[in-house]
Amino acid sequence: MTSSALRLVTPDSTGIEIPARRNLPSFVTESGLRTELKKLSGVDAVGAEARVAKLGTRSLKKETKKSAIDLAISMVDLTTLEGADTAGRVASLCTKAMHPDSTNPLVPSVAAVCVYPDMVATARSVIGSGAVHVASVATAFPSGRASLAVKLLDTKEAVDAGADEIDMVIDRGAFLSGNLLKVYEEIVAVKDACGTAHLKVILETGELVTYDNVRRASWLAMLAGADFIKTSTGKVGVNATLPVALVMLEAVRDFAEEYGEVVGVKVAGGIRTTKDALKYLVVVNETVGSTWLDPDYFRFGASSLLNDLLLQRTKQQSGNYARPDRFSGD
Amino acid sequence: MSDNRLEVRKTYKLLVNGAFPRSESGRTYEVVDAEGKFIANVAQASRKDLREAVVAARAAQAKWWSQSAYNRGQVIYRLAEMAESRHNEIAEAVEICEGVKAKEARKSVSRGIDRMVWYAGWTDKIAQVFGGANPVAGPYFNFSLPVPSGVVAAIAHPTHSFEGLVDVTFGAIAAGNSVILLASTERPLPAALLGEMSAVSDFPGGVLNILTGRVEELAPVMASHEDIDGLDIGNVSSSEHVDLISSAAGSIKRVFEDSGIDEATAVRRMRTFIETSTVWHTKGQ
Repeated sequence: MTSSALRLVTPDSTGIEIPARRNLPSFVTESGLRTELKKLSGVDAVGAEARVAKLGTRSLKKETKKSAIDLAISMVDLTTLEGADTAGRVASLCTKAMHPDSTNPLVPSVAAVCVYPDMVATARSVIGSGAVHVASVATAFPSGRASLAVKLLDTKEAVDAGADEIDMVIDRGAFLSGNLLKVYEEIVAVKDACGTAHLKVILETGELVTYDNVRRASWLAMLAGADFIKTSTGKVGVNATLPVALVMLEAVRDFAEEYGEVVGVKVAGGIRTTKDALKYLVVVNETVGSTWLDPDYFRFGASSLLNDLLLQRTKQQSGNYARPDRFSGD
Repeated sequence: MSDNRLEVRKTYKLLVNGAFPRSESGRTYEVVDAEGKFIANVAQASRKDLREAVVAARAAQAKWWSQSAYNRGQVIYRLAEMAESRHNEIAEAVEICEGVKAKEARKSVSRGIDRMVWYAGWTDKIAQVFGGANPVAGPYFNFSLPVPSGVVAAIAHPTHSFEGLVDVTFGAIAAGNSVILLASTERPLPAALLGEMSAVSDFPGGVLNILTGRVEELAPVMASHEDIDGLDIGNVSSSEHVDLISSAAGSIKRVFEDSGIDEATAVRRMRTFIETSTVWHTKGQ
């Protein structure tokens, strides 16, 4: 298994060579899964942090920045996950997702809206068959503390209501207490319940404590059939960080080289500024290459980030700093 | 103490959001005294520092305006107290920067501090002077209430390093605005000292932000920035006014063009950075 941590991919190449897809192994015993995960090398924590710190200082020149901002906009999963969500709020969010800047049709639409399962029908009715995806969190988001039957029903309801992407949470308690097979089987079952909908698996890296755990949980989720692995729910103290994104991207890269399967990464929570978003894009480009610089393989889960991207986009186009209230709030 | 003690040299920083950052650009420039001798290195603010200052000023303005007018006056008076107790230090900076006699420098600082006290007194009189009850033909009260424009960017006088920043700064602040002050490029030390004092005088961080740098670099960005509501260019050379005003018009802001520091001009300056909100209310039975 290739797992040379902290490999640098040259920006010009499309990144890595992805072999032909081969079938994922399935696991029925705890020990089989454990043996597979043991093959993963440990993460060089100091090296990972130093690497992202270095990449974070890279400056993007004007034209690159312009296209990076548009790319970042097209990668946003515009999110509202509040107890106070109303149908009206979700509807206006969907409108904004389709036309982020109502005064400028050249601004690309975002990748998806992300809502609670009971709001999926509302979101779908506004978006219709448009290009913006409807994503729904499911499986007792954000804690994941419910029985498998409840989680599957939660998923199925969201899919039936029109969600084409499901963001599930893993059972962190089971993972941390070493019950890996339970986590694996839950993901497999939810993937099955998703049908054709894409499955994003939320690792909640803030609760996994170590980078090694993040790497192992990433691998586990990908083995179980995740289409995306996602950092966080945004509901705990520690959200997405650059080193965690790096660790997950490296796992995704190694997985692609091993099984020929390209899995996406979604970073969520705490990303509010264009500067932050561009740092993530640099890390993506330098870790897995330009294949992943695509809304199909990289996403930002965010709400306030979009307005800052629009502000900076306006600045890049007009040369003047724009007023924040030029864009609708969320 | 021995004579060969290492000199403790000071590099003057910006004041943004109550903190003292260096310029994000990493640039500094040298400030020299009236005879061309090196005094200090000073941070040279970039347009991105200005952008950060605007974000801070916007957030702070609501907080500043939500305090009572009486309270705002107390805070400005508090800053005048701090300046008074560091009178000698400011006067020394004025003397070095402007190359004037010590006595003259002290007088200039006294005038500046007196002026701050004058503005402290204005805060709870603005509503009476600029607002009022309007006569209407109906069973209603109709009030005009002065409210601040919001974020004001001001450029300090190039020569009068302390006295010449008081009016452009505290007129707008007394009216409830937050201010981004661009200090005198050649003589920024008194402004930097005032910034240090303001950080310990109960101003919410971001109400007063002080940048040091080049007028020709920052004034056009101040004029075009959409999130700045007012611009005081009285101290900018009048040949630049047309461009700055047209740019300010593009982003819809109030502009004040006079540099006078007499009371009539001061009152007009305050009024420039005030909007009028009109309220109707029934008279009742």
